Amino acid sequence: MADDATTKIADIDDRKFTINFGPQHPAAHGVLRLVLDLDGEIVDRVDPHIGLLHRGTEKLIEYKTFLQALPYFDRLDYVAPMNQEHAYCLAIERLAGIEVPRRAQFIRVIYSEIGRLLSHILNVTTQALDVGALTPPLWGFEEREKLMVFYERASGSRMHAAYFRPGGVHQDLPPELVEDIHKFCDPFLKVVDDIEALVTENRIFKQRNVDIGVVSVEDALAWGFSGVMVRGSGLAWDLRRAEPYEVYSELDFKIPVGKNGDCWDRYLCRVEEMRESIKIIKQCIDKMPVGPVMPENSKYAPPRRAEMKASMEALIHHFKLYTEGFRVPAGEIYACVEAPKGEFGVYLVTDGGNRPYRLKIKAPGYAHLHAMDHLCRGHMLADVSAILGSLDIVFGEIDR
Amino acid sequence: MSALPTRSAMTSELKLHLEQTQAKAISSLTVVNGELTIKAPRDGIVKLLTFLRDDSQCRFETLVDVCACDYPTEVERFEVVYHMLSMRLNQRIRVKIRTDEATPVASVSGVFPVANWYEREAFDMYGVVFSGHPDLRRILTDYGFEGYPLRKDFPLTGRVEVRYDEAQKRVIYEPVKLVQEYRNFDFLSPWEGMQAVIPGDEKAGEAKK
Repeated sequence: MADDATTKIADIDDRKFTINFGPQHPAAHGVLRLVLDLDGEIVDRVDPHIGLLHRGTEKLIEYKTFLQALPYFDRLDYVAPMNQEHAYCLAIERLAGIEVPRRAQFIRVIYSEIGRLLSHILNVTTQALDVGALTPPLWGFEEREKLMVFYERASGSRMHAAYFRPGGVHQDLPPELVEDIHKFCDPFLKVVDDIEALVTENRIFKQRNVDIGVVSVEDALAWGFSGVMVRGSGLAWDLRRAEPYEVYSELDFKIPVGKNGDCWDRYLCRVEEMRESIKIIKQCIDKMPVGPVMPENSKYAPPRRAEMKASMEALIHHFKLYTEGFRVPAGEIYACVEAPKGEFGVYLVTDGGNRPYRLKIKAPGYAHLHAMDHLCRGHMLADVSAILGSLDIVFGEIDR
Repeated sequence: MSALPTRSAMTSELKLHLEQTQAKAISSLTVVNGELTIKAPRDGIVKLLTFLRDDSQCRFETLVDVCACDYPTEVERFEVVYHMLSMRLNQRIRVKIRTDEATPVASVSGVFPVANWYEREAFDMYGVVFSGHPDLRRILTDYGFEGYPLRKDFPLTGRVEVRYDEAQKRVIYEPVKLVQEYRNFDFLSPWEGMQAVIPGDEKAGEAKK
């Protein structure tokens, strides 16, 4: 009798089962539902179900003027908001031929790098969290808070800044703020060292990340990767160097490159990029000239407040700009920036009116998440969260 | 400001190369704003993209993006746009094809695995059908969603809304009910858009000449 029962159980393949990972899972980095087919503890297949945060950004933008559409970009990758605005502004500027004043270019670079720091701190420390370490995020988030205060002091808002505008940036930085950003730099490098001392050579962290989720160069190309996902595999590809926008061509910075393309190399790349960002910010503060931050006498930029008090034309211009908006010549353009997560692109089609005809947002995380199935096959269930962590996923930009 | 001189030289060289080798597979080739755009017939898309990936002067090994665009007034209303990048040669290209609601486009997911999700998205948002796609399901919209939200004739408010029903103890779907009609403001200035001649103003045009 007892023998019968054991043979029956052995007949059923009880090693194969399917589980849901998410949508409410702390390691899912937002609202991701992964349907995992498991063979014991080995992952057979991953089917990511996305769109739980889909807000129809691209549709909404088609119904807004160019200026009204800008704040939607803060809400895509909400970890580094200004980098998204940047791509959108570049698209409009290139299509309309707007010249950005030099000071504004420097300010944009400073804030793009602050965005990179925001994103990399979050990713590096939560990746440690995903594999079991609680302290790094607590240390990292203190620094993020300081950076968000810089966001707030420039734009009035910690996250949803709407600070980059077509033509430049909304307002000039007060000198005290520039000074405080400079004061932030060196102590921050110390914090990076501290976090590294805690995490990098940690035995558990290495066991969970070295040789996990290996991306070869061929994979990185075929799966449309960008940013750290290609640099971790050894390709020195960085849009700040390959297609320099703003003043990046005048700045001295290195592109950290990984060797093995595993989760640990990607972690190391991000840590090193933080140090390079600090270097860039310092250079920008040193080189930044004094001057306007929006083009003067331009139909794309609002007139100055003081001017509006005295000049009727300025008042009319202000009113028209914020109701009718400006028109962008008919055409199409693809503009991209090196966002912290990879190549963030905006494909803008215009028909000569005051609203975008079609705007496609190319989010780097979309292609990265797509490769989850490819990367996770044959790994253990526990590695799924480590791989997901190293992809640097934010659902705001994937679901749009 | 945007493109480096070396880049524009490379673009024109690439243009020449494509004109010579792929004349049959391309219907038009333009450089606007420093960006190379190919318009191609629908049938040859897989072959063309494979060529662009493998040719030694192209090497567009990364498919950056695939998206659709809707022009409801035209016969073949959808434009499918492929953006490609060569990280080795640092150049970009855009390939466009046209299709309509019924005609399928050959899927390129066999050539570029990344196209799988991009094509699913184009299908989800516009209803562009891709033939030979391994898994053409909806991707971003809700489970059981009907319609194609990014088409120009789809209302911005959508057709259904959800709410939690206290009586049935579950989330229910019902047609959108707006307290106030959705207002789509057209802020374009009537003065600039006006074509009709204002009485007594017939000579305004002549005076300028």
